[in-house]
Amino acid sequence: MKSGRGLALLVATATIALVVAGTLWPNLAATSAWDARARIAGFSSSSQSAVNNVLQAIGRHDWQGAYASLANKEEFSEPEFERDLTGSYGSLRSYANLDGFDIKPLRASADDAQIRARLRWSSVVGTFQDSRDLRVIRSGDRWKVVWPIVKEPRVPPQVIPVNYLRWDVIYRGPQDDWGAQDVESPHVRIVAMHPVDHGGEVAVLGELLNEDIVPAFVTVKATLLASNGAAIGDEDSFDKICHVLLPKQVTPFRIDFPKVRLAQVGSVRIQPSSALVPASADPVIEIQSQRLSPLPDPSLRGELVNQSGQVVNVAHVIGTFYDHRGQIIWVADQYPDRALLPQTPVPFSIPLPADVSTKVGTFRAVVSTYSASRFQ
Amino acid sequence: MKRGITFWPGLLAWLAITQFALAQSPEFRLPERVKAGSSFSAPTAGSGPAILYIAGPGGAFRRHVRLGETISFAAGEITRAGHYLAVLVVGSFAETKPFDVVAAQPAALSFLAKPSRVPVNQNDGISGVAYVFDVFHNIVLEPQQVSFVLSATSASPQSRTVSTGNGVAWIRMNSAAKAGPAQFEASLGNIRERRVVQQVAGEPCTVRLSAHESGPKIRLETEPVHDCSGNAVPDGTIVTFTETYGDNQATVDVPLKRGIAQTEMPARRGALISAAIGVVMGNEIRWNGGQ
Repeated sequence: MKSGRGLALLVATATIALVVAGTLWPNLAATSAWDARARIAGFSSSSQSAVNNVLQAIGRHDWQGAYASLANKEEFSEPEFERDLTGSYGSLRSYANLDGFDIKPLRASADDAQIRARLRWSSVVGTFQDSRDLRVIRSGDRWKVVWPIVKEPRVPPQVIPVNYLRWDVIYRGPQDDWGAQDVESPHVRIVAMHPVDHGGEVAVLGELLNEDIVPAFVTVKATLLASNGAAIGDEDSFDKICHVLLPKQVTPFRIDFPKVRLAQVGSVRIQPSSALVPASADPVIEIQSQRLSPLPDPSLRGELVNQSGQVVNVAHVIGTFYDHRGQIIWVADQYPDRALLPQTPVPFSIPLPADVSTKVGTFRAVVSTYSASRFQ
Repeated sequence: MKRGITFWPGLLAWLAITQFALAQSPEFRLPERVKAGSSFSAPTAGSGPAILYIAGPGGAFRRHVRLGETISFAAGEITRAGHYLAVLVVGSFAETKPFDVVAAQPAALSFLAKPSRVPVNQNDGISGVAYVFDVFHNIVLEPQQVSFVLSATSASPQSRTVSTGNGVAWIRMNSAAKAGPAQFEASLGNIRERRVVQQVAGEPCTVRLSAHESGPKIRLETEPVHDCSGNAVPDGTIVTFTETYGDNQATVDVPLKRGIAQTEMPARRGALISAAIGVVMGNEIRWNGGQ
């Protein structure tokens, strides 16, 4: 009995102690999953804690709280601040969440500091990064962030004439005789194919041409065969391809085979498939200022310019990289996080593996687009 | 003698059994081949009630008949072609006769024409396959003469007659040199089936590009694009314009509209500009500020 009372007293004491400790020093890492790696400071008593607080508020979608703690609120409104972070026109950014961030002090003085923040956003097509150099200034005993607003340019009201060109399809009906003629699938052709070993995995690279006069929805499936003819695995190009090809358009494709080494592969069986789909020849997107950035951050950079009057909500840029002999050596892609407004350049950057970047002789970029208004 | 004595009783017993069986087994006659949907009859011998079973591709049915009368099948009663069995049953005895139902007169053609789009000047580029059916959708296996005619407004018609084998006739024909729709017809007597084959332009023969100064930009325009037979390449075909300057490059994919593709790109002195359609390259222009 005596020992039981002692145990109860011990449990009660421990419980009270834990409650008090939890109240005084809450487990900040548990406040949300996305900021687990960021250091937290309750008050902006340092430049880094000021940045942390703003970015945490952004992660919680607490636009009001984040905006309230900025030093340069007079330069832009809260909706403009929110639009800077969430994008507009239904872009990829509009549907992304802040997955985490890293901060790196660049310089600091008693009243002023420069901090580089790398924000990692998660979206339906993967993660993308947003790097901002933030100036932090001291105001009394507190630090405040000067937010470098990126205002989306406004397109002046205008009329852009478009000779609209599209294809509609009427398929064979269920009441038709089996011998009745149906619309035929577009003719597509593989014009290049090259398996490579990259990072211990096989990637099948290639290009596909729509040689027909109608638009095609295309996919490419590859099967790796061992030297004895046994199938090692089969995969498809998923999103490393432009799925809608207009007449005579060429798309690159990349099919990844994780956990397969090139030495195991005897041959590759490629199966392109196509279906006739309704499509539009617009919008026309120019890819300008394409250039290769060298090491240490190898990438293909450029700008997308929407030459049409229609807003493009999401764009997808795919780069094909060739060596000096014209052989395909890599295919990579990127989804710019901003919508493409008419005549407004939007930058893109397709990252390249370091070992590939040193071999690139020429390159080619293509873009595919998604516009919500196209389906209305 | 001894041998004869042992032989005759056996022969007599066999004859007795056979006569008994013949007396009990129902008898009837059927044509070996009948046309689907036609009327026919089966005379029977003997007397008394019997049951006739008929089983075949169209199913099975039973009919009560009287021996000694003729069993009649009305027109349209058996329409499925194939191999049938007729069984006439009296008590525990049955007589089985096989017969074939063959397709009636040709009444319909199923015509498969492929492809629905074909580039011009393709030898054996168009194929036609005709299946001959009767009015009951039975394939007509007896040889029939099917005529194929491919006609386009810009070319003299091609025609050929092909005999069917196992109900199928097929042919290959050439596409014309001029683009446009071709009427592809298969006929058998008064039965006609028509398909339309779109003959389309082939690969572009050349892509000619011109450039004009337009403020801070260059206005690029192709000449009307044709294949090597002079057919206009269809609108919507993608032309890729490429401008290379130093280490930089700009590209834009533009569809042909009203026969030409046009776009604007940044004007940069010394830039090399080219155009391509698919794997066909056009001419190159070195931009020297409009000179």
